[in-house]
Amino acid sequence: MEEGRKKRGKAITRRDFIKGFSGGAIGAAVAPRLLAQEAESLQPEAGKVPLYSKKPITLTVNEKKYSVVVEPRETLLHLLRERLNLTGTKMTCDRGECGGCTVILDGVTVYSCMYPAIRADGKKITTVEGLAVDENLHPVQKAFIEKDGYQCGFCTPGFIMSSVVFLEKNNNPKREEIKAALSGNICRCGNYFKIYEAVEAAAKNMRRP
Amino acid sequence: MKKKEYLSEPEDSTLLYYEEFRDKETEEPEQIPSPEKEKFKIIGAYTPRIDGEKIVTGQAPYTHDIKLRGLLYGKILRCPHACAEIVSVDLSKAKNLPGVKAAIQLKEGRVKYAGEQVAAVAAVEEKTAEEALELIEVVYKTLPFVVTEEKAMEEGAPQVHDEPNIQKFNDYSRGDIEKGFKEADVVLERTYKTAVEIHHPAETHGSVAKWAGDRLTVWDSTQAIFGVRDTLARVLGIPASRITVIKKYMGGGFGSKLGLNDYTVVAALLAKEAKKPIKIILSRKENSLCVGNRPSSLQTIKGGVKKDGTLTALYLKNYTSGGIQRGDRCSEPIIDVYRCPHLKVEEYSVFTNTGASRPTRAPGHVQGTFALEGFLEELANEIGIDPLELRQKNYSTKNEGDTGIPYSSKGLDQCYKIGAKKIGWQRRNKNPGDGNGKIRRGLGMASQIWWGVGRPETLADIKLHQDGSVEVICGTQDIGCGTRTYMATITAETLGLLPKDVTVKIGNTMYPWCGSSGGSTTTPSVAPAVRDAALKAADYLRKLAASKLEISADTVVIADGKFFSKGDPPKSIAFKELLSELRREKVFHGEYTGRPSGYAYNTFGAHFAEVEVDTETGQIKVLKVAAVHEIGRVMNRQTAESQVIGGITQGVSTALFEQRIMDNTTGNLANPNLRDYKLATSMDIPEVEIDFVDMVDPRINNLGTKGLGEPPRIPSSAAVANAVYNALGVHVQELPMTPDKVLQALRRKEVG
Repeated sequence: MEEGRKKRGKAITRRDFIKGFSGGAIGAAVAPRLLAQEAESLQPEAGKVPLYSKKPITLTVNEKKYSVVVEPRETLLHLLRERLNLTGTKMTCDRGECGGCTVILDGVTVYSCMYPAIRADGKKITTVEGLAVDENLHPVQKAFIEKDGYQCGFCTPGFIMSSVVFLEKNNNPKREEIKAALSGNICRCGNYFKIYEAVEAAAKNMRRP
Repeated sequence: MKKKEYLSEPEDSTLLYYEEFRDKETEEPEQIPSPEKEKFKIIGAYTPRIDGEKIVTGQAPYTHDIKLRGLLYGKILRCPHACAEIVSVDLSKAKNLPGVKAAIQLKEGRVKYAGEQVAAVAAVEEKTAEEALELIEVVYKTLPFVVTEEKAMEEGAPQVHDEPNIQKFNDYSRGDIEKGFKEADVVLERTYKTAVEIHHPAETHGSVAKWAGDRLTVWDSTQAIFGVRDTLARVLGIPASRITVIKKYMGGGFGSKLGLNDYTVVAALLAKEAKKPIKIILSRKENSLCVGNRPSSLQTIKGGVKKDGTLTALYLKNYTSGGIQRGDRCSEPIIDVYRCPHLKVEEYSVFTNTGASRPTRAPGHVQGTFALEGFLEELANEIGIDPLELRQKNYSTKNEGDTGIPYSSKGLDQCYKIGAKKIGWQRRNKNPGDGNGKIRRGLGMASQIWWGVGRPETLADIKLHQDGSVEVICGTQDIGCGTRTYMATITAETLGLLPKDVTVKIGNTMYPWCGSSGGSTTTPSVAPAVRDAALKAADYLRKLAASKLEISADTVVIADGKFFSKGDPPKSIAFKELLSELRREKVFHGEYTGRPSGYAYNTFGAHFAEVEVDTETGQIKVLKVAAVHEIGRVMNRQTAESQVIGGITQGVSTALFEQRIMDNTTGNLANPNLRDYKLATSMDIPEVEIDFVDMVDPRINNLGTKGLGEPPRIPSSAAVANAVYNALGVHVQELPMTPDKVLQALRRKEVG
C-alpha cells in the first residue's frame, strides 16, 4: 500500500491537503496563502518522497481505546465511520456547514468532518452510539423520541450531540438560547420546532435530582 | 446491456403527479367503505415513532452506512462545461493507478450541462477513486451555452435541445376570458418570479450494488424501491425478478429520490466490471448539480373582480425552467381553488444548460400558490375588502373552479375559521402598509390545494405467528413521515394490541407491492391496505375465538390483548393463547382497491403568517405561522404535526432564502454547498400553531384518510409574502424575498 502511494504521480490534491489540515476551523488558524504555498511546494516532490508521514495515534471512543495509524488527510469523521464502524455519526456536507457529523471531543462539540484524525491523538470522544448507559437512553435521546424531534433522522445524531453539551452547561435554557445553541446544525426536514420542545423536555428531566 | 439507454437523458417526471392524479378514472371498489362510523383509540392519537430508539442511538441503517465484504468505492467524473462535445475519453492512466478496479465511460457526444456524468471509476479506497478521476483524460470541444432563463429567452440564444428553448406545454381554458374581463369592476395585472431551488436532502444520494451471478441487489437511498427495480431491469436488460432493491432508512428526498438515478446504474455497471460490490455516495456538490431541482417560474396573472368580491376572470401566463428538463405546471391552484367561470392558462418551458428538474415537494403548487395568493391579496385591497373574505366569497365545492365534479370532502372553510382565530386575523393592517416606524408588522394568509390520494393495488400482509407475535409487511418506504409507526398503530388498533407488539417490515422489493413515496400518496395507499389485511385477520380470529368460547362470532369483541364476549366480558381468551391454536403461521393479504369515480379527491389547508419587516435593511423576520389542514382522518397526530412544521420551515426558507445561482460566464453553479445556498435554520424559525380539521373523507378509502406530504409545503411561502405585503403596502412579487428585493419594492412604492 505504502509502495503504491509512492508510485502515484499525483497522490495529493490541493483540496485534500487543505482539507486534511483545515485546523483553522477548529482554532489553529493558518493563513490560507501559506497553506496553498505549502501544498504547491509538495507537488513537484511527488513521486520522490513520501507525501504523508502516517502516524500511530491512540484515542478513546465511547470509553473504548483504539490504536490506529492515520494519514494527515484523514478526518475524524472518516476514521469513525469507515474504520471504527461507528456509522451513527453522519456525513452530510463534508465541509463544516451543517453539523450532521457533530461529536463530543474532550467535552466540547466538534464537526468531525473538519477535524483531522491525527489531532485526536490522546483525546476522549463520544459519539451518538456512546450516549446510552447500559441500554438506558440519555435524557436527550428519550426526549427526541417523546417529542418527535426528527423526521428522516439523518441529522438527529448531530442535533443530539449538540444538545447534550449545551444542556450540560445550561439545564434551564430559554427558547432563544436553545435556538442559538443549535444554530450550527441543519435539519432539512425542518422539524426545528419539535427539536426545541425535545431539548426543553430533556432539560426538565435533567434538572430533576 | 443496452448501452444507449443509460446514456440517454432522464425520463420526464415533472408532470408525474398531474398525469397520475388529475381526474383519474379509478376502478370502482366492490364495496364503498364508510369509514366515518369508526371510532379509534390509537389511530389519530399521539404515538411516538416505533423506530425512534434506532434513530437516536445511531443504529438505523441508512444507505450511507451499508458495509459489505470487499466493498469498493465508485466515483463519477462530471463534465465541467455547460455545453460541449466529447471528442475523446482516455481511461488508461486511471485504470493503471494501483487500487483501481474498474473504469468505464458513461457518455459520448453532446454534454448539455455542467455536472453531467462522463466516466466512472471504482477503487479499494475512496481517496484512490478520487485520484483516479483526475487521471482520466477527456478532450472537450466547448460550445455556446445558456444557463439562465433570461438569456435562454433572448432572440438568438444558444439552443439547448434540437428545438427552440421556449416550448408550450399547457393550454387550458374555460368560459370566455374576454367576457370575464368585461364583467369586472376592477382588472389587475401582476408578474411574479420564483427562483430555482435545490432539494438538498440531508443524506446525499447514493447506492450500493452487488451481483451474485446474474442476481443484483441494490441498497438505494430512494423514495421508490419498486420504481428503481423496474427501471433498472429495463435499462440493464435483465429480468426484474432477479433484482432486489432495499431501502431501510433514508435521510430525506423531497422528490429528488423518486425513481431510478443514473449513478445507481453506474454502481451496477462498475460492480459487474470489478466483480465486487460498489458503493457510490454523491458529494454535496453533486447533489447541487445533477439530482434535480425545483423549476423557476415567471408568472403573469391578469384577473378581474366585481366590487362585491366576485371573481370574473383569471388569466395566467407562465414561463418555467427546469434546466434541460421541462418546467413545472404551476397552474393547478389557479384552475382549481376558487370559483371563477372564465379562465385561461398558457404555460411554457424554458430550456437552459443546467441540471434536469425533478418533482420538488409540491411541484408547481408552491410557485403557483405564491403568485395566485399574492394576486388575490392585491385584488382584495383594490376593492377594499378583507382578503380572507374575498377567498370565502369565491369558495368552491366542485373542482375546476366550481365547474367540475364535486369534492369528496373539503374542509377549507373550517381551515379559514380556525386559522384566523389562531393568528388573531383582526390584528392585521386594515390598509396594507399602515403603521409607523422602521419596523413594520403585517399578517397574511394563503390557501392550499393538493391531491393526496392512494394508488390502487397497493398491497400489505399481516402475518400471525403461533407464538402470538404479529408482523405487518409492505414494500413501501418510510422517508421520514412515520410510515412504520402508523402501520403498527393500524394493526394494533384492529387486533386489540399495542403498537409495540407489532413488527413492521418495509423497504424491500421482496415484500408486497407498493408505489413510490411521493405526491402525498403513501398514507392513503398503505394505511387502507394494512387496515384491510388487519380486518381480515381480525375476522378470522374472531371466528376462532368464537368457537373456543362457544359463542357466536358477531358477539366477540377484540380489545386490550384479548377476545371476549360482548355480553359476558369475563368469558375471554388472551390474544397469545388464541394464536397458539394456529397450526402454522397465517398470512392475510390486504389491498387498497380504489375509490368511486365521479368525485374529486383533494386535500386542503390554509396558513396564516405574521412577520416583522425592517424597512431600513429590508430584512424579514417571520414571527408566527398558524397552519390548519384538512386531510381527512389523521393517522398519527404526532408525526402529522412534524410534517406540517417541516412544511412551514421549508416554506419560510423558500420565501426568504433559497435560490440556485448560475454563473453566466462559466456556465457553472455558483453556490453548490450549504453555506452559499442559504436555508432557513434554527434562528429563522417562527412560532407555530397547528391544527387539523376534524373530518373523515366518506369514500376515499376504508380509513377516510388523505395524504399530508405536500400540503403544508404549499401555502407557507405565499402566506409569508402576503404578510410582508400587509406590513409594507407593496408586494415583493419575487422569491426569495432577499433584503435587496424588499428595499426595491419599497422604492417602487415610493416612486409609485
